[in-house]
Amino acid sequence: MAFFLETLIAGLFAGLMYGLVAIGFVLIYKASGVFNFAQGAMVFLAALVFVTLVERGVHFWVAFAATSALMVLVAIAIEALVLRPLRNRDPLTLFMATLGLSFVIDGATQFFLGTDVHMLDIGIEDIAQDYGGLFISQFDIIASLIVVALVAVLALVFSKTRMGISLRAVADDTLAAQSIGIRLPVIWRIVWSVAGIVALVAGLLWGARQGVQYSLSLVTLKALPVLIIGGFSSIPGAIVGGLIVGASEALADIYLGPLVNGSVSTWFAYILAVAFLLVRPAGLFGDRDIERV
Amino acid sequence: MASLLELSDVSLSFRGVTALNALSFAVARGEICALIGPNGAGKSSLLNVINGVYRADAGDIVFDGRRFEAIRPGKAARLGIGRTFQHNALFRRLTVRENVLAGLSRHGGASFIENVFRFGRDRQERRDFSARADRVIAFLGLDAARDRIVSTLSYGIQKRVDLARALVSEPKLLLLDEPMAGMNQDEKTEMSRIIAEVNRAFGTTIVLIEHDVGIVLGLAHHIVVLDYGRKVADGAPDAVRNDPDVIAAYLGTVH
Repeated sequence: MAFFLETLIAGLFAGLMYGLVAIGFVLIYKASGVFNFAQGAMVFLAALVFVTLVERGVHFWVAFAATSALMVLVAIAIEALVLRPLRNRDPLTLFMATLGLSFVIDGATQFFLGTDVHMLDIGIEDIAQDYGGLFISQFDIIASLIVVALVAVLALVFSKTRMGISLRAVADDTLAAQSIGIRLPVIWRIVWSVAGIVALVAGLLWGARQGVQYSLSLVTLKALPVLIIGGFSSIPGAIVGGLIVGASEALADIYLGPLVNGSVSTWFAYILAVAFLLVRPAGLFGDRDIERV
Repeated sequence: MASLLELSDVSLSFRGVTALNALSFAVARGEICALIGPNGAGKSSLLNVINGVYRADAGDIVFDGRRFEAIRPGKAARLGIGRTFQHNALFRRLTVRENVLAGLSRHGGASFIENVFRFGRDRQERRDFSARADRVIAFLGLDAARDRIVSTLSYGIQKRVDLARALVSEPKLLLLDEPMAGMNQDEKTEMSRIIAEVNRAFGTTIVLIEHDVGIVLGLAHHIVVLDYGRKVADGAPDAVRNDPDVIAAYLGTVH
């Protein structure tokens, strides 16, 4: 029983990390109506810039602030160079543009900062400790506290500020939002900046666990089933979707793996996502009729 | 200059299909101007041109003494053109109050950072906006629905929220696209009273599209009749009612 619980808990923690990546997608989906394929590249870029700064002796928080500033600049550049020229285009065009963007960001990052794998130490030990008979890693606990805090901050900004109202207004009806004078470019810059900073946090936590390397960019592929299950337009959905994917794939790996003689976690999330598509195509928290105007 | 909005020879076509054909008319400051005409006459296209959703192929539009150049909906809003939509284009997952607050966006000077940390210009604006939103909500009799999510409200109430959202920013010109569509007679009468009241109390110039000719004749000061993108008649309600062209094009036919 303890083993089952430990597996479940480890899976849920992993799920929160998936959710963290998925939040970046949800933010951009809500504001720009596009699945931002470049989100993974943004995670990679942020983590690699951060680790490079830290390796050169820059203080942790200075590096964090500098990388955040860079992500804001990237957001402004994306708005000016990609989103604005393509506005009012079909979402598929926009999606293809983000696909291209992911190659540009991945390529530029590796061109300037190299392709080495960097170890990242963010000062949290990844050692399991005994909590009343259950062995849980301190890293997992702190990482999930960070995720919860981030979600809480985002929820507050979205619900309590006037800018939050504008952001939700754009997500609900873009044309009406423009017609009452909401400046779409400003909203896009802000949302892409926030998604960039979420990418930085995700990059640090993922990077600390598996090293900062190109494979961080591929978290995009893991976020997809999370978003299909949780719904593309809901932040709580991203978290719940992440938890479902994390927990179910951890359990499937242990209990289903031996039956099929292989690692189940590489594909289980996708099978689950397909099942959701058949039963509940909008996801658990998504809107039925999401469409970009 | 007496007119707030002046169109001269405005044309618009979609892939060869003419929606507006060399249309000219003027809307005087402070009046209620109604656009009527059969379906497909170009009424909604015309509002969309004034609001910057579409750009006219030819012709001039002068608003408040300034010529329109490459206008977009956001810019139109900042110049003081508010609008409501035929289909309710409300922010349906937001509350009534949040919808109305969103309507004040063009007046916001505070930056995102000020909004988030609630300092600087945000504090003053927050108080000011909140008071303005509450005033408009009360004016339109929406107090009871204030904190309800818009998608849970009845259609008639949603129409009123749409009007509140446009009105709160104190536009110089208010465009209403079928504000009474889908309403029963009582709701229409009530909405008509509200529109007249808005016009009287705030002096807002209003251009509206409405199919119910009975309501329009009672409400508008000025009527422009369109048919196939052309202006058929233009004048005071009494003159328009008796115009033989209008009777032929619109009033006399069945739709």
